[in-house]
Amino acid sequence: MSERPAAPNALPHAVRLGLRRGWTEFVQGLRSSQDQWFYLSTAFLAVGYLYLRRDTPVEGTGLMLPSVALPSILAGLLVFGLIIGPAYSLAMEKEDGTLLRAKAVPHGLVGYFAGQLVLHSSSLLPQTVAVLVPSFLLFDDLMASASGWFTVAWVVMLGLLATLPIGMVIGAVVPSVQKVGMWGMLPVMAMAGISGIFFPVQALWGWVQVVAQVLPMYWMGLGMRSAFLPDSYADAELGGSWRTLETVGALGAWAVVGAVLAPAVLRRMARRQSGSQVAAAREAATQWVR
Amino acid sequence: MRYGDKDVLTDVEFTVGPGEVVCLLGPNGAGKTTTVEILEGFRDRSAGEVAVLGEDPRRATEAWRARTGVVLQSWRDHPRWTPRTLLDQMGGYYEPYSTEERPRPVPTDELLEVVGLEDLADQKIATFSGGQRRRLDVAMGIIGRPELLFLDEPTAGFDPMARREFHQVVHRLADLEHTTILLTTHDLDEAEKLADRVLILAGGRIVADDTAERLALRAALDVEVKWSRGGERFVHSTDDATDFVRRLLNEPGEPVVDLEVRRASLEDAYLDLVQRYEAGQTDEAARAFSEVL
Repeated sequence: MSERPAAPNALPHAVRLGLRRGWTEFVQGLRSSQDQWFYLSTAFLAVGYLYLRRDTPVEGTGLMLPSVALPSILAGLLVFGLIIGPAYSLAMEKEDGTLLRAKAVPHGLVGYFAGQLVLHSSSLLPQTVAVLVPSFLLFDDLMASASGWFTVAWVVMLGLLATLPIGMVIGAVVPSVQKVGMWGMLPVMAMAGISGIFFPVQALWGWVQVVAQVLPMYWMGLGMRSAFLPDSYADAELGGSWRTLETVGALGAWAVVGAVLAPAVLRRMARRQSGSQVAAAREAATQWVR
Repeated sequence: MRYGDKDVLTDVEFTVGPGEVVCLLGPNGAGKTTTVEILEGFRDRSAGEVAVLGEDPRRATEAWRARTGVVLQSWRDHPRWTPRTLLDQMGGYYEPYSTEERPRPVPTDELLEVVGLEDLADQKIATFSGGQRRRLDVAMGIIGRPELLFLDEPTAGFDPMARREFHQVVHRLADLEHTTILLTTHDLDEAEKLADRVLILAGGRIVADDTAERLALRAALDVEVKWSRGGERFVHSTDDATDFVRRLLNEPGEPVVDLEVRRASLEDAYLDLVQRYEAGQTDEAARAFSEVL
C-alpha cells in the first residue's frame, strides 16, 4: 500500500489520449447513419433554398441570391453546430455516465474535454463540405477571389473559439437533455433570426441591431461574406465596410470570455458528478412528463 | 453527512485493512451509496475525517485516483464504441502510473477474458444486453489494477451464471492481487460468500461490524429444529437447540429421523435488524445489536 507512482508525464499523456478519443468519436460519427443524415439534411435544406431562389437578383450588386446568401447560411449552420453539438453531447454524457467514467480514471476529465474539442471542431468539416460541394456545382459567382479561402479559414477558426465554449457552458448548466431545446436551441434560433443570416440587420430596429452586434453569429456571418463576396458588396453592410478589425475583436472577445468561463463552469459541473446523480438522471429520463 | 438540515450519516466509523473484502449492507436510504461516494472522492462530506489509501479523497490527487477502481453502473454511455477500443482508451490513462509491482493497465485481451467478453470484443456496445454492459463496467473498474476497488451493487441484473463468474473475479482480485474491496449489495448470500467482514448501516449509522458468521451467531435469534417421527414432520423454534435436541432424542417412543438444526443465517440476522429499523425502533435495534457484539 506504500506504492506511490509518480507520473510527471501523465497530463500530456492524457491530452494525447483525449485527442485520439475525439478522433475516434469523429470517425464513429462519420460512419453513423444518424450523423450522416444530420449533415445531409441540413445541407439539403440550405442548398435547396438557394436553388429555388437561384434566379433572384440582389439589387444593386449584380449578383444572384445564392452568392450573397450562401456565406451567411454557412456561417449560421456552423455556429448552430458549434453551440448545439457540444450542448447536447455534454448534457447527454453527464446523464449517461460517460463523464463520471472519465472522472474515475486519472486525468480522465482532461482527456474527455480534449476529445470534445477535437470531436466538435472536426465536425465542422463534413458540415462545410456537405453545403459547399453541391453549391459550387449548382451556382456561379460564389467565391469572388481565391484569397477568400484564407479568410474562410481564419473566420472559421476564430468562430470556433468564440462559440464552442458557449455550447459547452450550456451543456454544463442545463439540468437535463430534454431542456437543451429550451436553453440551447431557442436562444440560438433567436440569435440566427437577428444576425443578418436570413435578411440584412439594417431591416431591424436600432436596439436589435445593437444586440445582434454583441452576439458572435453576426460577426461570423459578416466574416464569411467578406471572404466570399467582392469588396464592392461591403457597401451593403453596416458602416459600408467589412469591418475586419471589429470582426477579429468581437469574435476574439467571445473566445477570451469562453476560455476563462468554460473551464470554471466545466470544473464545477464535473465536481458534482457522482453515481447517484447519474442514477437520478436515469430515473428522470424514464419519466418524461411530470 | 448532511442533506439540507437532515443528517443522513452520523457516527459512521470503520476501517478497512489492506487486502480485506468488506461488505456494506443496509436497507435503501440507509446511506450506503453516500458513504461509498464520499470514499470514492465523488461527493463532499459536511463533517468528519476520512483517509483512503492515506489521503483525504476530497483533496486526492490523480495519482491516488490511479490506485483506486470504481465499478460504475453504466446505462447507455459510449454506444458507438466497441469494448476493445473503449478499454484501450480508458486503460491508457493508467500507463504513466505503472509500477513493477502493479503493471498498469491490465492488457485489454486479458481483461476481456476475465469478464467473459472476448467474443463480443469488436461489437458495438449499443447492441449489448444489460448483463453484458455490467461485465464491461467491471472490466473498466479493474483495468488500472487497483489497490482499492469500490463495487456498488455490482451484480444487480446478473443472471446466476454471471453472478458466479463475477464472484470468481472478486476472489481472484482479492487472493492473487491483494486488492482491497469495499462492496455494497442487497444480496446477502453474496455478502456471505465474498466478504471477510460485514458492516450493517441503518439509520445513517454503523450498527454492526463483524464477520458474516459471527453476526448470524450473535443475532439473538432462535434456532429452527426439524425432525420426523412416525411418518410425521415437526418444526420447533428454540433459543437452546442443544438442550432441546438432547431431550427430544431421549424421549421414549418411535425413533427420531431426518433431524435438521438450522442456525440463523446472515440473512435472518439482517432481516431481523431491518424489520426493527423499519418499525421505527432503530436506536433500540442498534443498541440490541451493539450489546451482543
